[in-house]
Amino acid sequence: MRHDFLDRYSRLDSPIHRIPAILKFSAALLLVIALVVAPFSQTWVFAPVAVFLAFAAVISRIPVSFIVKRLLFLEPLVLGVAFLSLLRPDGVTAFLSILLKSTLSLLTMILLSNTTPFSELLQVFRRMGIPALLVTVLALMYRYLFVLIDEAERMQRARVSRTFTKDRTHLWRLLATVVSQLFVRSSERAERIYSAMCARGWK
Amino acid sequence: MHIPDGFLDTKTAATAALLSTAAIGVALRSVKRALPPAKVPLMGLTAAFVFAAQMLNFPVAAGTSGHLMGAVLAAVLLGPGAAVLVMTCVLVVQCLLFADGGLSALGANVLNMAVIGSLTGYAVFAVVRRFVKGDRGRLVATAFAAWCSTVVASIACAGELAWSGTVSWSAAFPAMANVHMIIGLAEGLITTLVIAAIAHARPGLLDSELTPEPWSTRVMYGAIVLLGVLIFISPFASQWPDGLEKVAASLGFEQKAVEAPAMPTTFSNYKFPGLGSAAAATALAGAVGTIVVFFLSLVLARLILPKSEIH
Repeated sequence: MRHDFLDRYSRLDSPIHRIPAILKFSAALLLVIALVVAPFSQTWVFAPVAVFLAFAAVISRIPVSFIVKRLLFLEPLVLGVAFLSLLRPDGVTAFLSILLKSTLSLLTMILLSNTTPFSELLQVFRRMGIPALLVTVLALMYRYLFVLIDEAERMQRARVSRTFTKDRTHLWRLLATVVSQLFVRSSERAERIYSAMCARGWK
Repeated sequence: MHIPDGFLDTKTAATAALLSTAAIGVALRSVKRALPPAKVPLMGLTAAFVFAAQMLNFPVAAGTSGHLMGAVLAAVLLGPGAAVLVMTCVLVVQCLLFADGGLSALGANVLNMAVIGSLTGYAVFAVVRRFVKGDRGRLVATAFAAWCSTVVASIACAGELAWSGTVSWSAAFPAMANVHMIIGLAEGLITTLVIAAIAHARPGLLDSELTPEPWSTRVMYGAIVLLGVLIFISPFASQWPDGLEKVAASLGFEQKAVEAPAMPTTFSNYKFPGLGSAAAATALAGAVGTIVVFFLSLVLARLILPKSEIH
């Protein structure tokens, strides 16, 4: 089964998807840093960046509705802190520029993650000299996320087929049990997977 | 608590990144030496679990929502060094795959949640463990440490936002600390339930007592956390009402403040008198909250592990 909710569109085929991961990653990093360093007062510099990102988004063939949905999902976090900045002496300018900078950076990261498979990003990390242990944990984490989702779905199925009430308080108490059982069950499966990986010559 | 891009200025982002890199370096060295290779998959699983748990948002008062942090869960399972690495991995994936937490703010997010969250959480856990023994003691220590780590991490986050000049300390500190004192309760409850379930079903995961960190590692961890607190929090905390002035002075806003419309002389020292006292009230609430939460942890452990179940 496929659980492609993480980087759903990262395996599409488009000119952007075909660019080497290391180029995309460095470009995204540079762009975000440039956005953060850009002075508050010069709002016009954000316009070409916005046009460039919109252009890249169209070429990448990622559905616009998906990008907008992700942006809207993340925007409340940005707005929450940005509103606090309104209390500053130059509040309105600060608020607007923080909003612009954050939104453009978010867009950059959404584009990066949905045009680059995670495994390719891990290769980039390895070549950048990130310690092997960190890359290993990242790779295992990505692998085990699917184990967790799988296990959660199975437990969900089992629960739905055995419980007939829709009692809210009951659900809450169940949630705690489910969360802890999920960890216990997944840890057993994760160990089996790890032994299987080692048996096949991993490391 | 994930800081997005654009909220931190260059000096804050760079300082935080430097401190986190140092902490990750120390953690890598200690994990390579002390953690058996068989525990590496557990690190991956814990990271995946914390990541999944962080996606479940629960509503907190006043329209905000919070989620689990998981630093103490990782620290109790794997020890402080591995917890730092696990939390770092979680934050890297969240930043790269979900755009949750900015790329330029990654250093700061790692410092708050991975470094300060795990290390202070584990320190609290270890201290409480020394006084309350047994299986129940583990639960008390877990619950209390989880609450403390959430609150401390949120205060560090507020300090970074204030140090950047994005938000004034007198606004950021009460907003962050108060919300996270509530979120911390859920954090403590869930972390404790998960640890209790593991102790019940797979005691092997907890029983293989972790080899204690050597003093040199402990001192380095302590130094990094202390540096973070000194740099980001103490400029504000050392002089409550003057915190804002200090930010203003260090960021060159003083000129602007002078041009602001005249205020009643009693309030001339700081611009938002209500907010200034809010910070002091929050500090007081935090002190009282710490004591209350400790007793709540005792009660929680008693509820989860009634006397009849202790062998």
